[in-house]
Amino acid sequence: MKDQYINRKYLIGSIIIIAAAALLVRLFIIQVVEKTYRLSADNNVLRYVTQYPARGLIYDRNGKLLVYNQAAYDLMVVPAQVTRMDTAEFCRLLGITLPSFRERLRAAKTYSRRASSVFLKMIAAEDYARLQETLFKYPGFYVQPRTLRKYSRPIGAHLLGYVSEVDESLIRKDPYYKSGDYIGKLGIEEAYEKELRGKRGVKIFLMDVYSRVKGSYADGRLDTVAVQGQDIISTLDEDLQEYGELLMRNKTGSIVALEPQTGEVLALVSSPNYDPGLLVGRVRSENFSKLNSDTVFRPLFNRALQASYPPGSTFKPINGLIGLQEKVITPFTMFGCNRGYLFVSCHAHSSPLDLKGGIANSCNSYFCQTFRRILENPVYPSIGDAYMSWKRYLDQFGFGKKLGIELTNELPGLVPSTAYFDKYYGKNRWKALTVISMAIGQGELGTTPLQMANMLAAIANRGYYRVPHIVKSIGNSRPINEKYLKKNIIGIDSTNFESIIAGMEEAVNGTGTARVAALKDITVCGKTGTAQNPHGKDHSVFVAFAPKDHPRIAIAVYVENAGFGATYAAPVASLMIEKYLKGQITNKDMEDRILNLNLIGQ
Amino acid sequence: MTRNASIWARIDKLSVVIFLLMIVMGWLNIYAAVYNEEHTRILDMSQRYGKQFVWIIATLVIAVFAVVTDSRFYFFFAYFIYGGLLLLLVLVLFLGKDINGARSWFQIGSLNLQPTEFAKFGTSLALASYLNARRHDLRKLSVFLTATAIFMLPALLIIMQPDMGSAVVFFALFLVLLREGMSPFVFISGVLMVVLFFFTLIFNNLYLNGGLIILAFAAAWFVVRKWKPVLAGILILIVAILAMTLVNKLIFKSMSDERILFVSALLSGAAYSIYFYSRKALQLLVIYLFLIGSLVFVNSVDFTFNHILKPHQKERIEILLGMKSDLHGTGYNVNQSIISIGSGGFAGKGYLQGTQTKFKFVPAQSTDFIFCTVGEEWGFLGSLFVIALYVVLLLRLIMLAERQRSDFSRIYGYCVISILFIHFFVNIGMASGLLPVIGIPLPFFSYGGSALWGFTILLFIFLRLDASRTEYLV
Ligand SMILES: [Zn+2]
Repeated sequence: MKDQYINRKYLIGSIIIIAAAALLVRLFIIQVVEKTYRLSADNNVLRYVTQYPARGLIYDRNGKLLVYNQAAYDLMVVPAQVTRMDTAEFCRLLGITLPSFRERLRAAKTYSRRASSVFLKMIAAEDYARLQETLFKYPGFYVQPRTLRKYSRPIGAHLLGYVSEVDESLIRKDPYYKSGDYIGKLGIEEAYEKELRGKRGVKIFLMDVYSRVKGSYADGRLDTVAVQGQDIISTLDEDLQEYGELLMRNKTGSIVALEPQTGEVLALVSSPNYDPGLLVGRVRSENFSKLNSDTVFRPLFNRALQASYPPGSTFKPINGLIGLQEKVITPFTMFGCNRGYLFVSCHAHSSPLDLKGGIANSCNSYFCQTFRRILENPVYPSIGDAYMSWKRYLDQFGFGKKLGIELTNELPGLVPSTAYFDKYYGKNRWKALTVISMAIGQGELGTTPLQMANMLAAIANRGYYRVPHIVKSIGNSRPINEKYLKKNIIGIDSTNFESIIAGMEEAVNGTGTARVAALKDITVCGKTGTAQNPHGKDHSVFVAFAPKDHPRIAIAVYVENAGFGATYAAPVASLMIEKYLKGQITNKDMEDRILNLNLIGQ
Repeated sequence: MTRNASIWARIDKLSVVIFLLMIVMGWLNIYAAVYNEEHTRILDMSQRYGKQFVWIIATLVIAVFAVVTDSRFYFFFAYFIYGGLLLLLVLVLFLGKDINGARSWFQIGSLNLQPTEFAKFGTSLALASYLNARRHDLRKLSVFLTATAIFMLPALLIIMQPDMGSAVVFFALFLVLLREGMSPFVFISGVLMVVLFFFTLIFNNLYLNGGLIILAFAAAWFVVRKWKPVLAGILILIVAILAMTLVNKLIFKSMSDERILFVSALLSGAAYSIYFYSRKALQLLVIYLFLIGSLVFVNSVDFTFNHILKPHQKERIEILLGMKSDLHGTGYNVNQSIISIGSGGFAGKGYLQGTQTKFKFVPAQSTDFIFCTVGEEWGFLGSLFVIALYVVLLLRLIMLAERQRSDFSRIYGYCVISILFIHFFVNIGMASGLLPVIGIPLPFFSYGGSALWGFTILLFIFLRLDASRTEYLV
């Protein structure tokens, strides 16, 4: 058959020739016609000076500056441009030894002879002024301005994180980063790296043979401008954070304070901690390995999200709430207590008690019997089903999973599944009594201080929480991730919260276990707890929110190896609440007692 | 043996010579791009030129295999090969190694394979096989759509990786359809749409609308060769614009200038159409419809871009077009690339004498931006030589394709031509700043095993088909 389209071969051929001609014209223009790209014959060279953007600043919730930048300088070298020079004088100027000079130059040559690399990092501003005057005598060397982080107060190290130089493996993974760039590690610096870092720029300078800047190359048309990083407004209250760290000095433990309605973290203290200024500049790597190798106090370890404890009695409100929602108890259900229930003992208090009294007096018997009714609820075909239903409520409260705060290394904690018991005791071989210790927050349960503070926020809100987060807004207007704005509904009717909250109110303000936390003019609702510690003295725990109506703060305090919750954790929480709501402390004696308390023996 | 020997005797020598010349030049330029004084051994496996040396040896073996394979194999197994490669493109989305946010690579031991590069010849075989039976029906919508689907399917899978650059390559296969009888109107409209899409995003919308209208009047004059109707048309449009501006001032108050222009063009069209109808000036009607179509398209692109696309999608396109530079260093790379090529001047700086390319400032120096080294060290003469090599190869391949007796072989040949052509044009165009940054390799030059092997298979299957063109009428 005759090919009617055969002439189209000419069309295709023409397209190819026209395209090639277009390329040639373009290449002719940039290679032959246009003179700006040409470097003249006397070996002129270009110098690429990276324009590092200033990293975004970090503010607290009231607009107080937490983290800012200070100037520092990197001394750069282009080995191919280095000529004969007075090396001894140069070393004196920089305060380095001759062998160190040779080693640095060799390293730079290995990287590249013609590209510039860092010769000496982070020279302080004073030294720079001295260096600048004589630098012209040393061709091939020039100074590159950088910035270092600076902290207005030595607080919040775990939250803020730090900034370090990118390593090789990261450069390979993420094409944005180039050798010598900074990157945020841990805390806000890591979580909001993309927003904080800004955009790098580059200026191209034309240099003559003597390595003198002759001017901007191609009139700066090929330069790119650095764009400053965006500022971050964090949810922290600087004063409260500082006060929390002060209270926790010489103690091991943590404090998490949240604003209940929004889930905003007001303070997050993990003790022992460190001055964030230690991880800045040339001293960073040395200090970091020191902090990292401290296996006794583990200052880098963020207990507030990385330590999982059995919640102890602070868990009782949850079992009360689930009992009410599952309709196995009412606020008026009375349980007797004769210094304990079966093999779980209890302390002396009046008996029998209703739900409110059970919470206020932290009666073990009351919650063992409640928990038993939850697990033996005839509505469910088996104890496994009843248990899974109970576990679902815990899941709604955010237990047994990461809540999703921006910080890395958050622990999920532990709520065992039925499979765990099946494996441990054998299928159908376990009953309510086998796992009864979970009624009082012991046994296999593990929760983090952050999860406990979040639980208190959910109780304060009477049935919902917002995921705890540490950043309020980015730049002037950019909103935060939607997941932090979403209401997480627990699935427990708000009316069921009233008797529980009344019990927590009485624990603090009436005849209960936490009277030490009571404040004038502020109705604190709280619950003491003792987290069992197989390695030593138990941990003192207290969770609370205040005021009772329209709560503004929910808090969890852990003081390790300090015994009962009422002893140390409750006063710390009480002081924090007063500090946040009133701005000043009335009970100076209690404050002094806590400040002078030393539980780590140093 | 004797048959194999005769195959070698009949294989097109010129194409093979150009192929060999290109891979040798490619290797020399990769060596120059990564050259530094510390590593000078040719077989240094820690360096890219060392690895590329091994890829080249392997590609020669692959070429031999492609040639000794019976040509009927390619015909009968076309769809199987195509299906297998599509499967790999799906699998790579799940099993691929995440490099720079894209899943394009299989990691097998220390070897990374990019199925995209192999999908090109698989798709070509399938397209040739499909059109072989139906090429005379290409003006039928169903056949046209099926043929398009054959190469859009892999393109879609590649977009999902996401690798926009490689997906663009498949659009070149419209050239094959053009050769095989697709209506040139479809082709011109397609090209126009792509060009307008890019222009819309790059240029001010008002200028673009105005430019299109001026272009339409120019075309109208070109067709009728009379001043009167064209001037009358311009007058009508001006009146319409003035009227619309007045209406906007009095009633709408918020119309943008380009919206006024657009509505005016539409309104004055009513007046024109009476004229077109009375004078039976069909060509003018076509020009007018083209104009309105373009205006609608331009304005909808702008709307889609600003209102429908999500910010990150927008950003990706903006980076692709070089409108937004330096987020991942694309704009920066182009600047560096232009400096390198431009600094080469007429005769170049000489082999291994390039200074710009040694700065390690362009990360894709030996892959997508290999042409920088050519431009800097060999100058305009070198650029001319490389471009000439491609033009000679492509024209030679057209000649070979046209002498095939089977439709299958010819169509496959045009697939090879189209794919090599778009890689050549887009890659050098990107490196010289003529086209937006679309990261695709320069065939036979760029560093990378998968690309080299993919192009080699693509080319040598065709050379084999050509060598045995007299034996079977597959
Ligand atoms: Zn009791």
